[in-house]
Formats: sequence, C-alpha cells, structure tokens
Amino acid sequence: MPELPARELTFAQAVREALAEEMRRDKRVCIFGEDVAEAGTPFKVLSGLVEEFGRERVLDTPISEAGFTGMGVGAAMTGLRPVVDIMFGDFLTLTMDQLVNQAAKVHYMSGGTWKVPMVLRTTLGATRRSAAQHSQSLHAWLSHVPGLKVAMPSTPYDAKGLLKTAIRDENPVVFFEDKMMYKLKGPVPEQEYTIPFGVAEVKREGEDITIVATSSMVQVALGAAEMLGKAGISAEVVDPRTTWPLDEKTLVESAKKTSRAIVVDEGYGRYGVSGEIASVIAEGAFYSLDAPVKRMGAMHVPIPFSPPLEDVTVPTEQAVFQAARAMCGKR
Amino acid sequence: MTIATDQSKVIEGVKADHWTRIYRRMVMIREFEDQVNELYMRALMPGLAHLYVGEEAVAVGICEALRQTDYITSTHRGHGHCLAKGASPDRMFAELLGKEAGYCRGKGGSMHIADPATGNLGANAIVGGSAGIATGAALSSKRLDTGQVTVCFFGEGALGQGVLYEVMNLAALWKLPVIYVCENNLYNEYTHYSETTAGDMLARGAAFGVHAEGVDGQDVRAVYATAQRLVERARKGEGPAFLVCDTYRYHGHHVGDINREYYRSKQEEQEWKTKRDPIKNFAGWMIQQRVADEMALEEIRKNVRVEMKAAVEFAIAAPYPKPEEADENVYA
Ligand SMILES: Cc1ncc(C[n+]2csc(CCOP(=O)(O)OP(=O)(O)O)c2C)c(N)n1
Repeated sequence: MPELPARELTFAQAVREALAEEMRRDKRVCIFGEDVAEAGTPFKVLSGLVEEFGRERVLDTPISEAGFTGMGVGAAMTGLRPVVDIMFGDFLTLTMDQLVNQAAKVHYMSGGTWKVPMVLRTTLGATRRSAAQHSQSLHAWLSHVPGLKVAMPSTPYDAKGLLKTAIRDENPVVFFEDKMMYKLKGPVPEQEYTIPFGVAEVKREGEDITIVATSSMVQVALGAAEMLGKAGISAEVVDPRTTWPLDEKTLVESAKKTSRAIVVDEGYGRYGVSGEIASVIAEGAFYSLDAPVKRMGAMHVPIPFSPPLEDVTVPTEQAVFQAARAMCGKR
Repeated sequence: MTIATDQSKVIEGVKADHWTRIYRRMVMIREFEDQVNELYMRALMPGLAHLYVGEEAVAVGICEALRQTDYITSTHRGHGHCLAKGASPDRMFAELLGKEAGYCRGKGGSMHIADPATGNLGANAIVGGSAGIATGAALSSKRLDTGQVTVCFFGEGALGQGVLYEVMNLAALWKLPVIYVCENNLYNEYTHYSETTAGDMLARGAAFGVHAEGVDGQDVRAVYATAQRLVERARKGEGPAFLVCDTYRYHGHHVGDINREYYRSKQEEQEWKTKRDPIKNFAGWMIQQRVADEMALEEIRKNVRVEMKAAVEFAIAAPYPKPEEADENVYA
C-alpha cells in the first residue's frame, strides 16, 4: 500500500490518470476502441482523454474487435504503444486469434526479433444484471497462453501502478478491470509510481488461513476476513495482482505460514485460475498444509439475469467466511 | 512516367539491369522452391512446405515497387514474398531445416519467416491472420509520418475471413497506406475458389471505397507497373488498395500433395505451365526487346543454381538450436 501522501480516487479515475500520465510521457501511446473518444467509454473511464490528446491518439473504431485488436498488434510491432479497449470481457472471444495466435506468438516465432508492446484493457465481473454475454470473467483463457501477461488490479492504487507498468512493458499485456469496481475509492499517491508484475501483495496479514483472491474477489476476501476475525480466526488475504507472471513464492510462503488456503477468483471454478493457484500451493506447501486447498469461483453456469439467480453464481463474503471457518475446524 | 503493359513496350525509365534483376529474383524463387522440394523428398526437412512455384511474378513485381523500409506481411505460402523483399536464401533454408542460423532461430519454420531488416513483419499460418497486423503497421506509418507503405499478401482463400473486411473498412476510413494483395491461384487448398467465393471479388474492396483492381499475376511487368502506381498512391496519402492477381501454383497445396486429379486436371496444370509461365514469358520478352540475350539469361540461371546449392549446404551443415533455447524468446 502507498506510503506516499495520497488522495482518494475511484478505480476509474486511477485508470484514467495512468493513461493520461503515460500519454504525456510517451507520444507513441495511443488508445483505440469503440466509443473511447468523446463518449469516454460506456463506463466513462476515459472521459477527458480525447480533449487533452486529440483524435489522433484516442481513436474511435467501428465495432470490429478482431480488426482493431489485430491492428493493435501491427501498430505495436512498428513503433506505436497502443492501448486497445475491449468494452466487455465477453467480447474477447472476437479477438482470440489476434491475441492468441498473433500477439502472443510474434516475438517467439520470429526468434525474438519482433516485439508487441501492446496493452488490451477489458472488463470482468458479474452482478451488474447484464446476463450471460456481458458478465463473464474470462481471464483464465488468456493466462493459459504463453507470450501474454495478465494483470488483475483490485484497488485504485494497484490499477494505476499496474497499468503504467503494462504500458511500459515490451510484451502484450491483457489488463482486466472489474466493472463493478469502477466507483470504488481508495488512496492513490500524487507522486509517480509503478507496480512491478509478478509481485503479490499481502492485503491483510493473518495466522490461521490464507485467502488468495484476485480482482473483484479481493474485496470479498477482505470482508470475509473481517467476519472471520470476529469469529476468532485470523485470515491472511493475498492478492497475486498478475496471474502471469505469477508470484508463486509469496503464495506458497503464506500458505506454509497459515497451513490452510482458499483461492477465490471470479472466473469459473472448473479449469480456471483458482485451480492453477490451488495447485501451485498444493505442490509448494503440501507438507505444511492441514487441509486440502479449496477453490471458489463462479458457478459453472452461464451468468443468469434475474438477481436472485445471478447472486448465487458468484462467491460472496458469507460463502468465503463459511468455507474458511469450516476449514479451520469451526462451525 | 508512362506505363504500358503492351508486350511491345518497355516501362519508360526502367533500365536493362533492372529488368535483369527482376528476372534473377524470379529465377531465384523458383530455384529456391525446387531445392525445398528436394529437401522434402530427401527427408531432410522437418514438416511440410507450401511452394510458390508458378506465382513468382506476383511477389517480385510487387516487392520491386517497395523500398527496403516498407513492410510486408506474408502467408503459409511465403517463401517467395520473403525472398522478393530481400531475405537471404541461406538463412531461409536454415529456418526451414529448424537450424539456429535461421531467421527465427528455428522457432518459426517455413510458415513464419520474419525479418525486421527487410521490413518483413512475418509470414502467418492463419489464413487471413496478418490482415490486422498489416493494417496496424500502416496506422503506425501514418501516425509517425514515416512514408512507409505496407503490403499484405494473402491467397484468395482469405477472402472468406471476416477480419479482412473489418480492417479494409478501417483502412479506408483512416486512409491508411496499405495494399491488400490477393493471390488468386484458383484453389483454397483442394477446393476451387468458385465454390467458396460469391459475387465479384473486386467489388468487395470497392464496397468500402478501397481502390480495387485486377492484374495478370503471370506478367511481372504488369504487376510491377500496377504496384508502382498503387504504392505511389498510398505513399501520397491517397489510401488503401486491393489488388487481385490471377496466378497459379504449379505444385500441390504443399509438398506432400502429389495426387491432385480429384481437384484439378493435369491438362489445366500443363496449360498454365506452358502458356503462362511468368519466367519463360518474361525471358521471351527480354530477348525480343534485346534487354538481354539467351546466353546472359542462362548465365543468371546458372549462377542462381550455384548460389542456391551453396545456401542449402550451409543450412544442412548448420547446427540445431540447443534444447535449452525452447523457452527463450517467449517474452521480450
Ligand atoms: C484460419 C485457418 N483456417 C484453415 C487453415 C488451413 N489452411 C491452410 S492453407 C489453406 C488454404 C488457403 O488457401 P489460399 O488462402 O487461397 O492460399 P493458397 O494456399 O492457395 O496460397 C487452408 C484452408 C488455416 N491455416 N488457417
């Protein structure tokens, strides 16, 4: 967390400030996507950028996710530093060839001669009552692909620091923002800072159980830890911040210390990020564990629309609290 | 400059040694590909390769109109594009054999030759896969005001990919210096294009307001003259173009595609080879115009053959990468 004097910014403001600072610092940085200019995106994350940087650098595109993502790859190879905006993470399906077969492989296939310094910003997260095609958390798909890096900030502070790092990285980075978090406020220093990739942060220290949580689930984990505290259980909350590169050491050390671990991630619980992290902990901390590592993720269903249906598909503070309490042998 | 595609005239301002260079480049591609076929037959090459034999006039005619700093993107049938843009045969053979000295240090192989020094953004094994990259490169050139032009090569099979139309639309909207060069060799793998391609090809580009035209892809002078015009337009900021080149591949879809009669006749192959061979026809024209005589052309062919043999030997002798290199270059 910041030690510098800080103001309160929303998550959206932190993202915008990172972009504005990087665009001022480096003329090659440009943004393209749908409704990114005057509209500033449907979430208003980019409001004001076109006014400062002009339509040369903040480009409204047609509704052609594959096309403009592919152009991001080519532009990144040839001297620009594009930040491609994909409005909803669900639309990543349309960009898959460009990300998986092109962006991720150009450097390797060319024997290290071409580079793709591109960022693709998109969203994840349910509970916005947006139904099955506007609510998914598909970050596991991209974390699975060598050649891509995947960042998943959980606070305004992390969003700003990680996005600045992403823009300066020489590789394609997919940057996931929880759309339910855009209005969340948190301290962000006035001074410049960046956050390195592959460095987890302990968001709350504890002794009895480790809760590894990503993005949208970090606040849930912190809420559960608060409840656990009242029940006499001291929970440690660890946020990997990037799923690739992954800070395995910090995760394993925390689990060794507490001897129990739950992994909470809003992607699907099956074949997902929670499974991968659980496996890293099981391999690295096996002899220190007092219980099997537990995964918690979205229910294995397309996200439903109706609020009482949607609400049970995503891990909640209460669910994490109960799972953690049971693992600690309490009822 | 006046341009004539009439067999009786020379493009004004083009000197004899330039025509000889064009001839040499085409012969080089053919000879390179013959060697690739040999390597396959002798089981010296891992995997397969898609030969460019028969289509040489397209790559050479287009790339002759480009500067070294201009960009190209290429395809699974890409050896011709890479050589025409200036790649050296020894490092290409080395890549095809998976050797450390190859353009991609053995990590790419036949379908992924890339070379920043000659503006080659890379060959792509996803049909239509480089349309976005090429258009993005053109966006960079425009934004950074470098005056570079990008050529995106693809086969007519890529006309089935939606992403091509997404980026053509964008290139037209933003007036990007990119030329989409469609090599219509009649077959999407083993299926005639008439079974896969509705309507008029050129109309597809024209619908976006992209300048569209067709050219005889077996006539290197016509391709070159057209390319010069389109490249100049693009460089002046007049926007993208779509060029369809009628051409033919002499070999199978890849080196292992030997029995082809279920999709095309021997007679059809024979007709293209005898009547429309780009190298023979160009040689005939050069001799008729007294740009060169048969002896000079034979000399070129002989020299190229010697050069290709040496390049193949270099590649065969070159060491493989060490297994430890498998996880290098994943990230920059
Ligand atoms: C997206 C995709 N689909 C299918 C293939 C398999 N495939 C490789 S080459 C080819 C035919 C391509 O035909 P065309 O684009 O006309 O190029 P040509 O081989 O004739 O040069 C196909 C279907 C592929 N590589 N990529």
